[in-house]
Amino acid sequence: MDTTRTSTRLRGTAAAARQPKRIGFGSRLSSWDLKLSPYLYISPFFILFLVVGLFPIGYTAVISFMDWDLVRNSGTFVGFDQYATVISDPKFWAALRNTFSIFLLSSVPQLIAAVFIAALLDQNIRAKTFWRMGVLVPYVMAPVAVALVFSNMFGDQYGIINTWLSSIGLPPVMWHSDTFASHIAIATMVNFRWTGYNTLILLAAMQAIPRDYYEAATVDGAGKVRQFFAITLPSLRPTLIFVIITSTIGGLQIFDEPRMYDQTGTGGANNQWLTISLWLYDLGWGQWNLGRAAALAWILFLIILVIGVINLFITRNLVRDEGSRNTLTRAQMRAARRAARVAVAADRAAASEPRRTNESAEVTR
Amino acid sequence: MNTRALRRIGLVAGVATTSALVLAGCAGGGGGAATADPNEKVTLTVATFNDFGYSDALFAEYTKEHPNVTIVHNKAATSNDARANYFQKLGKTGLADIEAIEVDWLPEVMKYSDLLAPVPADLKSRWLDWKTKAATDPKGNLIGYGTDIGPEGVCYRSDLFAAAGLPTDRESVAKLLTGDWKTYFDTGAKYTAATGKAFFDSAGGTYQGMINQVEAAYENPSDGKITIDPQVETIYNQVLDASKTQSAHLSQWSDDWMAGLANGSFATMLCPGWMLGVISGNAKDVKGWDIANVFPGGGGNWGGSYLTVPANGKNVAAAQQLADWLTSPETQLKAFEAAGTFPSQVDAMKSDTLLSSTNEFFNNAPVGQILTDRANAVTVSPFKGQFYFQINDAMQKALTRVEEGTQDKAASWAQWQTEVAAIK
Repeated sequence: MDTTRTSTRLRGTAAAARQPKRIGFGSRLSSWDLKLSPYLYISPFFILFLVVGLFPIGYTAVISFMDWDLVRNSGTFVGFDQYATVISDPKFWAALRNTFSIFLLSSVPQLIAAVFIAALLDQNIRAKTFWRMGVLVPYVMAPVAVALVFSNMFGDQYGIINTWLSSIGLPPVMWHSDTFASHIAIATMVNFRWTGYNTLILLAAMQAIPRDYYEAATVDGAGKVRQFFAITLPSLRPTLIFVIITSTIGGLQIFDEPRMYDQTGTGGANNQWLTISLWLYDLGWGQWNLGRAAALAWILFLIILVIGVINLFITRNLVRDEGSRNTLTRAQMRAARRAARVAVAADRAAASEPRRTNESAEVTR
Repeated sequence: MNTRALRRIGLVAGVATTSALVLAGCAGGGGGAATADPNEKVTLTVATFNDFGYSDALFAEYTKEHPNVTIVHNKAATSNDARANYFQKLGKTGLADIEAIEVDWLPEVMKYSDLLAPVPADLKSRWLDWKTKAATDPKGNLIGYGTDIGPEGVCYRSDLFAAAGLPTDRESVAKLLTGDWKTYFDTGAKYTAATGKAFFDSAGGTYQGMINQVEAAYENPSDGKITIDPQVETIYNQVLDASKTQSAHLSQWSDDWMAGLANGSFATMLCPGWMLGVISGNAKDVKGWDIANVFPGGGGNWGGSYLTVPANGKNVAAAQQLADWLTSPETQLKAFEAAGTFPSQVDAMKSDTLLSSTNEFFNNAPVGQILTDRANAVTVSPFKGQFYFQINDAMQKALTRVEEGTQDKAASWAQWQTEVAAIK
């Protein structure tokens, strides 16, 4: 160390006088090192997050209370006006409805399909890697390319699906004017792209399940289906939480697919497939109304937060700790602990029965 | 936004199909009022989008005359990208010395006309009146150097006209359709009665042609406040009454519409110059598309661009000089030959190169002459304030709602009125 080298060059008395102090500082340094360095090592992420994450979020909040002029970089304070305008606009409620509808139509079938495809890929099949990589191919495609392919299928008059429908004598589906049909079409694009991704994550989790369980179950006489529901699915729960939360966040921010669904990208003539982020984009970059867009962004943020918390509560009750293999839920375990405490207390009470007169205080405690 | 997407696709497709690439040996006209130091070394950046027809060879002509100037040309892929970049940097730093803008976002640019260097007054007579009027702010400053325009004629399918017993050659069709919009829709009724098929592509596209003939459709030019002209409702009703039987209900730029250009689901379409490339690109094997030298109710323009010089740039004088040269009739004619961008300069429209140009796909129609006549027929420069596109976008959606059958005419009009009332 530098400090020790300089100290030897100093005169003896001074060096002797300072010696303990220097050692004290050194040891303090090393204790700081011990305590602080872990935080220092992870700090780059948080500093970066502060700059590119937290600051914009805060700045968005500031702008959302203003009538902001992007070019002149100035705004006038308008209080909660922007929020009021957004919430009182029928477009907001249409967008909210569409967002949730498309989210449910895409996430639920997608996760169910992903679990089953993953279960199939987990079996002993030929050319494993080929199939496993195969499911990821749609994910590699750019969303815009996916949308282009699908818009050819979902054309109202000359689309492939309607041509096919009319050739077998069925009435065509009005993909761009019927609200529900448009949601189905958009959800199909989302599912096409994301099912493979979720499949791979779930497959990885399945491979981590110890094979002994399956062997034991086979010995016990459980069939494949029983094994899937009794072993595979319960062991997947922690991974499922991750997948559900990420697809919730992604689903509520859905943008590319509805934007590419028609030529104008503004969500349909009657807001049939206008989603919140699509409207957000139009407010911000179509109309340059950044104040209102910021207000909508914050509303979307709060919605995702609320849904996230609800998600957390539901899944926390559903999922047991990773690794433990009993079939109890947290609630059941809490109940069991409570029951055990009561039983112990009762035992103690029973044991101390004869001494109740002189030790009653302890029992009540 | 609707028209933005239209223009973008239009230009791209137009460029893709333009075959004339021969550069004529016109003398590059320099000169201008700017007072840039001819000896000081400067690097000028020019930002455009799609294809303005400005090639490296064209820039080389300029740098040969001005050895002190180096030109860097940045091309954005789409006008939307250019628009986002423009408004994020306008008034700050980072914009090019010359920035191209599109007529669709011109109303938004006009709000910030004080941040742009005005065009020297002696150049104003270079362009068509309505082209300069749209880019002149209340103080009388012209802020954009006009490049191209989109004068509209009527494109029609001569084979389908023949099947309906209507005249087929473009002179007779022009005569047939000369008059107001009623004449156009009456002809459409005849066509529909004879064939049972649609006459025009969509209510939205037709409405666009009609509303562009209204002086101040949605906003009051004197104070910029939203004031809906009573003509809007008349036009709305007129186009929707006709569209019930005569429209193919194909909203413009949709996949179905592109298919309709080829499969004959409609017989006519309002047609700016750059649309010719879109039609020939989507209907390659169709014989029968032609263009008539006529437009119902007078003239019409759809699209066009300007060059602007940000006032806080480093080399404003030199940039103005280059913008002047780039939008001179001679240069713009070369751009027309390279990319099919129809010039907005009065003198360019007198040139033989332009007037003698024909289009093989449209039955060898003399498109140069036709579009020049159509450009001169434009008399109205519609006022477009800061809310124009929001209101017009809502109107396009109102028309689509009726066309796709989600709402009837009255309900859709009522919803539009509520939406307009909420705009602020």
